[in-house]
Amino acid sequence: MATLHDYRMDITPNWCPGCGDFSVLAAIQKAAVNLNIEPENFVLQSGIGCSGRISGYLNVYGMHTMHGRSLAVAQGVKLANRDLTVVCAGGDGDGFGIGGNHFVHAARRNIDITYIVMDNQIYGLTKGQMSPTSPKGFLTKSSPEGNPESPISPLQLALSANASFIAQGFSGDIKHITSLIEQGIRHKGFAFINIFSPCVTFNKVFTYDFFKQNIVNLDDDPQYDSTDRTMAFDKVEQTDGFVKGLIYRKERMDFVDALPGRSGKENLSNQDLQLSADQVQNLLQRYM
Amino acid sequence: MNIKSEVSCLVGGMQGEGIESVGEILAKALGRNGYYLFGYRNFSSRIKGGHSDFHLRIGKDPVYNASERFELILAFDHESIELHQRSLIDGGVILFDPKTVKIDQITIRGGIQSIAFPFSDMAAELGSKQMKNMVAVGAACALFDQPIGVFGDAVREQFAKKGEAIVEKNMAAVKKGHEFLQELMDTRFPLEKQPQSGQRLFLSGNDAISIGAVLGGCRFMAGYPITPASDILENLVQMLPNYGGVAVQTEDELAAIAMVIGAGYAGTRAMTATAGPGISLMQEAIGLAGATETPIVIVDTQRGGPSSGMATKIEQSDLHAMITGTHGEAPRIVLAPSTVEEAMLDMPKAFNLAEKYQCPVFVASDLVLSTSKQTCEMANLQLEDIQIDRGKRVAETELAMSGDRVYKRFAITDDGITARSIPGQKKGMHHVTGIEHGPTGHPSENPANRVAQMSKRARKLQCVPMNDAIKYEGIPQAEVLLIGFGSTYGAIREARLWMQKEGAAVGHVHVRMLHPLPAAEISQYTEKAKTIIVVEQNSTGQLANLLKQHISIHAKLHPCLKFDGVPISPSEITSFCRELI
Repeated sequence: MATLHDYRMDITPNWCPGCGDFSVLAAIQKAAVNLNIEPENFVLQSGIGCSGRISGYLNVYGMHTMHGRSLAVAQGVKLANRDLTVVCAGGDGDGFGIGGNHFVHAARRNIDITYIVMDNQIYGLTKGQMSPTSPKGFLTKSSPEGNPESPISPLQLALSANASFIAQGFSGDIKHITSLIEQGIRHKGFAFINIFSPCVTFNKVFTYDFFKQNIVNLDDDPQYDSTDRTMAFDKVEQTDGFVKGLIYRKERMDFVDALPGRSGKENLSNQDLQLSADQVQNLLQRYM
Repeated sequence: MNIKSEVSCLVGGMQGEGIESVGEILAKALGRNGYYLFGYRNFSSRIKGGHSDFHLRIGKDPVYNASERFELILAFDHESIELHQRSLIDGGVILFDPKTVKIDQITIRGGIQSIAFPFSDMAAELGSKQMKNMVAVGAACALFDQPIGVFGDAVREQFAKKGEAIVEKNMAAVKKGHEFLQELMDTRFPLEKQPQSGQRLFLSGNDAISIGAVLGGCRFMAGYPITPASDILENLVQMLPNYGGVAVQTEDELAAIAMVIGAGYAGTRAMTATAGPGISLMQEAIGLAGATETPIVIVDTQRGGPSSGMATKIEQSDLHAMITGTHGEAPRIVLAPSTVEEAMLDMPKAFNLAEKYQCPVFVASDLVLSTSKQTCEMANLQLEDIQIDRGKRVAETELAMSGDRVYKRFAITDDGITARSIPGQKKGMHHVTGIEHGPTGHPSENPANRVAQMSKRARKLQCVPMNDAIKYEGIPQAEVLLIGFGSTYGAIREARLWMQKEGAAVGHVHVRMLHPLPAAEISQYTEKAKTIIVVEQNSTGQLANLLKQHISIHAKLHPCLKFDGVPISPSEITSFCRELI
């Protein structure tokens, strides 16, 4: 039985004191233990940026990949071995800027991985430039006159891309995000969890206090139906995206099951690669 | 009548008219009659319309390239005649369809016969104009003095799925073309009879690469459609599920290679196939695979560049991208097949090398090799000898006994290769990253560690075996040495044979592994040669420059370059040589 100790890595993260990413790291470790996943069956891909360093801070099979491409790498791992728990994590620039294309396609493909975005609305590691989730008019080093662009809405983007599990949390509530991550991992299909993870150094607007005061908790709304896509879209619209909880969930066939001839088969990574004489003959038949 | 040891024909018409099916059926039938074939398709980046042609060379002995001269042109459009009549032999024949070719608008050169052959009308009489291609098959069959029987089987196989009625109609069309030609003219280009041979395949380089991948244990392929690599994705989407694998079409080439890295890391033999712009997009990931020591295979079906370049035309200009591409310095191996047989066998080899040396392995194909079809002798393949070598993997027992919490995946070793642990292996957990890292894979900027890890990765390539890294043909002590790689093999070979016939002491080194370069093996021949001619289809002489980087042959090296999108011909090589010697 895996314990928190098993998941711990004796390396001090290079994050600033107070960074929201510490909570996300702790929540992932806690969720894995709660779900009783052995660390050797847990693969965590991460992208590039402050949050991308997360893969090195827990003792699993960790892959720190390329800026924006962690989701694609994660899908390759899952396709090779569906018995592994595959979690992918990164920042808002990584996931919605340079990696935006993979986000949309992983969602519609509905591959069974959990994607956690630590959204701080800024580029932290490069020391404070605007990101795809920075609001219009936002002052940063690369937008000294205010961000001229409108931000994307990650939740609505995921909804329109047909993601089958969409949730949002806030680093200031570690218990809540742990629960969301557990639900995301258990969900068979693509699970997207956006977590507001404040950058205490470069973002003086979207602070812990800001979220504590402004975020709407879906649990407080008994009328909310997370299976209703239209309602989900509207809720995000009404709250300007500052909402936490399970936004949307729908069971839909996962990608591996949808692939012809793949459902119920042995993992790709676990096969005898040497072909028999008959198999060779069949392979060549149409060229004879 | 003059019996020939080989003949060639060209079928040309509007793209999308089924020009290639004429070649397919001729090839299938003639292959069964024991002949060797080479089929080259000249096409454009469009679906329908525009001229397209198919060159078929039929020989008693193996043929490795398209012929420069044809005996027969089957013309469904003006371009087939205007572009190619100069390539007809004296006494050659043009059979044109009067429905689509207004012959009085074309000046036909002397010494050849152009004859109206109502392909379309005859087909229409039989029920469908589409069958004009089958009428053409019949005509070619008669002109080459071939028995019609074996064509029946080929037609049957081609149309079996469409039902017996369609098969019958198409066979009738072949027969009608055959009979009509016999009534029409006496000219024949009879082929020397060929005894029935051992089992053979007729397939393109892309087909061979796909088969080779499956034989080599590939169980995951991710790709993005691109000319001329798409066939490989399409083939593997069909083939892999039969062998427990899967091929997926991704949103772009960035995702394709990233998925391949993920699958490779997770212990599956994984590959992608692309060309030009795709290779450019994959550059960053090549560095990641190199830095994380992840085995992956990348097929590059080179085409005209830069940028979109010439998507449907041959070029061999991605050498630099394959050998040095990506920022920084990352290890990789580059194989270069030159025939369909090699294309098939290089795939298992590529997967073995990738897992053994834990690095990206490129298979450098090119448009002509990938899309041309060649006869392939089963006996030469010796598929039963293919071995799967998964490289160094750490054993469960070793991990169980280890006191380490984190597996030292990147521990420094003598040969630079560290045993891999695969996700799922207990106590095999570790970190991989494109950031410089220490033995457990965690980031490190320590100068000594940096040097140790860079050297470790570089050291791996020093052990790559050099057997079969070149092939040599021709006179042992050649004064004139031709050097090439990839699909130019056939043209260089033919040029060498012609020059040898004239008494020249010519040899031919074909480089089969471009990186690490087998410099010592090549030097054996360059030392003795007085003149070295490097034949390649690019404008800067990438192979020539690579050779100069490793071997001191500057004064006697002459690059013979072609970058107009047309495959280099033997006579272009011989004229280049004659001017030099």
